[in-house]
Amino acid sequence: MDEFIEGWTARHGATRDQLLPLLHAVQEEAGYVQDAVVPLIARALNLSRADVHGVVTFYHDFRRTPAGRHVVKLCRAESCQARGGAAIEAAAAQRLGVAMGETRGDGAVSLEPVYCLGLCAVGPNALVDGRPMARIDTAALDRIAAEVAA
Amino acid sequence: MKIYVSRDMASVALGADDVAQAFADAGCEVIRTGSRGLFSIEPLVEVETADGRIGYGPVGPWDVAAVLDGSHPNRLGPVDQLSFFAGQQRFTFARCGVIDPVSLTDYAAKDGWKGLDAARALAPQAVVDAVKASGLRGRGGAGFPTGIKWQTVLDAPGAQKYIVCNADEGDSGTFADRMLMEGDPYCLIEGMAIAAHAVGGTQGYIYIRSEYPFAIYTMRLAIERAAHLIAPFTLEVREGAGAYVCGEETALLDSIEGKRGQVRAKPPLPALKGLFGQPTVINNVLSLAAVPFILAEGAEAYAAVGFGRSRGTMPVQLAGNVRHGGLYEIGFGITLGELVNDIGGGTANGRPVRAVQVGGPLGAYFPPSMFHLPFDYESFAAAGGLIGHAGITVFDDSVDMAHMARFAMEFCAAESCGKCTPCRIGSTRGVEIVDRIMAARPTPPSVMPAKAGISLPEGGAEEKRDPSLRWDDGGLSKALYSRSPARIDTSLDAQTTLLRDLCDTMKYGSLCALGGFTPYPVLSALDYFPEDFGATAPIKEAAE
Ligand SMILES: Cc1cc2nc3c(=O)[nH]c(=O)nc-3n(C[C@H](O)[C@H](O)[C@H](O)COP(=O)(O)O)c2cc1C
Ligand code: SF4
Ligand code: FES
Repeated sequence: MDEFIEGWTARHGATRDQLLPLLHAVQEEAGYVQDAVVPLIARALNLSRADVHGVVTFYHDFRRTPAGRHVVKLCRAESCQARGGAAIEAAAAQRLGVAMGETRGDGAVSLEPVYCLGLCAVGPNALVDGRPMARIDTAALDRIAAEVAA
Repeated sequence: MKIYVSRDMASVALGADDVAQAFADAGCEVIRTGSRGLFSIEPLVEVETADGRIGYGPVGPWDVAAVLDGSHPNRLGPVDQLSFFAGQQRFTFARCGVIDPVSLTDYAAKDGWKGLDAARALAPQAVVDAVKASGLRGRGGAGFPTGIKWQTVLDAPGAQKYIVCNADEGDSGTFADRMLMEGDPYCLIEGMAIAAHAVGGTQGYIYIRSEYPFAIYTMRLAIERAAHLIAPFTLEVREGAGAYVCGEETALLDSIEGKRGQVRAKPPLPALKGLFGQPTVINNVLSLAAVPFILAEGAEAYAAVGFGRSRGTMPVQLAGNVRHGGLYEIGFGITLGELVNDIGGGTANGRPVRAVQVGGPLGAYFPPSMFHLPFDYESFAAAGGLIGHAGITVFDDSVDMAHMARFAMEFCAAESCGKCTPCRIGSTRGVEIVDRIMAARPTPPSVMPAKAGISLPEGGAEEKRDPSLRWDDGGLSKALYSRSPARIDTSLDAQTTLLRDLCDTMKYGSLCALGGFTPYPVLSALDYFPEDFGATAPIKEAAE
């Protein structure tokens, strides 16, 4: 990771305002922001560890533990609720075998809440491994579950 | 044959990529556009013919032959003549859904850069004057006059001035910023370049929420392609990281600076001491994207439409359980009822409309009896609500308004930046109070049928947070609970009074609108739908 961070800051600079872009890059590279890289990032940007830790934990996007192999982000916001989102949320938890906000024991899938994807007229919506999906119904959940199982 | 298919995130979520691929496989020239903005006809394809572009939608990849020979039953004719589009006044969204979003040729051919050229021919003060004369007010929610904000930045001394675009669009029920960035990114770039010329800014940032990967991609590509046209002004996209509060302008600036997205106390105004302590224009996507039209067509043309002190057009977003959801740009003054019933066509499932939430998670819930309200900043404020970013979320009669009030509090708890107590702790207490009300009410009135028998995993967002950082665990929670639950009066009346009291504290004791406006959805739910909170008759004092 040290090398990755060095290379990244060489290209993008090591000013404080690069902290979020760097955290995004680290997470994309490693899948999560491990506690062990916090000191490395702090050193690279000349910040205190506590400072970096504070930023990592403030933002919902940054994970401190690895996600499942598949990530299903299901919208919980009002417009999706108006289209039956709560029932879909319960059904998704059941079909994927994992509670909202958790990663399944076998590491196959994480089910995460997201608050609006800007697709509010065609909900309930989800991002499945980054792919947007609209009008999620039980049939769509079955397809997602099959994808996760494969 | 030339075929147009949207690559808007919503269209893709509905299957537009497969449709585009199927037409490409059939040997058609496929041009990917933004979305026209009516999602009940997506995926939509438009076929170029001698009589113009003929739309078909919704269609699937299996429909290629029927579309190409014109026999498909979902033939719509020229899309801009559909009633949903014919009634609009597309000042800002004129090109969205029509052109290839990242084609500089297309953009220039459809009046692109006309506003910037006009601005550059004027002195900065004259540009600011034009924006003032247009009456344009901030489209991000607060409705502050854009020209006055720009004047402050123009007049502020500063070695470096910044133009920041707020593309955090966190409100549920809104997607206009996203659609514009995906469908006509040069329009936003042009607006920001005009702002830069007007105030003497040299560098700009567009802060886009991470939930919008398509918009981030499109904006970055467009910035790269347009760099030479806006030079010496430079632009950069910054990606958010899933914090709703970063839509608040000062939290957004802190986030760009690499800090926790915490709200700053004002003053100083960002216009004087904003990004990196320098004078900064911060505006919503739609505010900035309205500017090219104003400069190109004249401030009078923009100000000529509208209602009262709300001038120009608003890209209204119809969302939730609505038949014809999408983007409807229209002059202010149209009524809520016209938007929901006439244009939106009521609910998608045909059940009666029971409530609409206007302005996102901090906006009020209104019943159909308020549908006479004209879409206008002042009218909504007077009715105890806000138009916010102009998202309208429609709910049918199965909605449980106590549940929605609970959600408003839950959302506030999950997204609070933590700076002030009424917001940080009050919201969690609010969830508990609504829970007690829901437990004490006689019969859950119109519980969503789908919900019956299913126990919902609650507090999802909160669970996601680092448990060591939770404010309500261990000792603190015990201290707060030492006064409860045994010793508190859990009756409906007492809890309802307590909820109102809490809302009052949040309203007046919060630094920003997250804590300060969360009472809007809660109190409006309580006022307009008391039966969902176990009250038998409408609460009197509520009417005021
Ligand atoms: C909690 C909170 C969230 C906000 N979210 C947004 C947002 O996503 N987009 C936006 O443009 N303004 C948002 N605002 C309003 C901004 O603080 C600010 O008023 C706006 O960016 C100013 O631009 P405008 O004058 O062009 O509207 C939010 C405000 C608060 C308090
Ligand atoms: S009201 Fe809430 S979000 Fe706003 S500054 Fe206070 S704690 Fe932060
Ligand atoms: S509310 Fe779910 S996508 Fe907007």
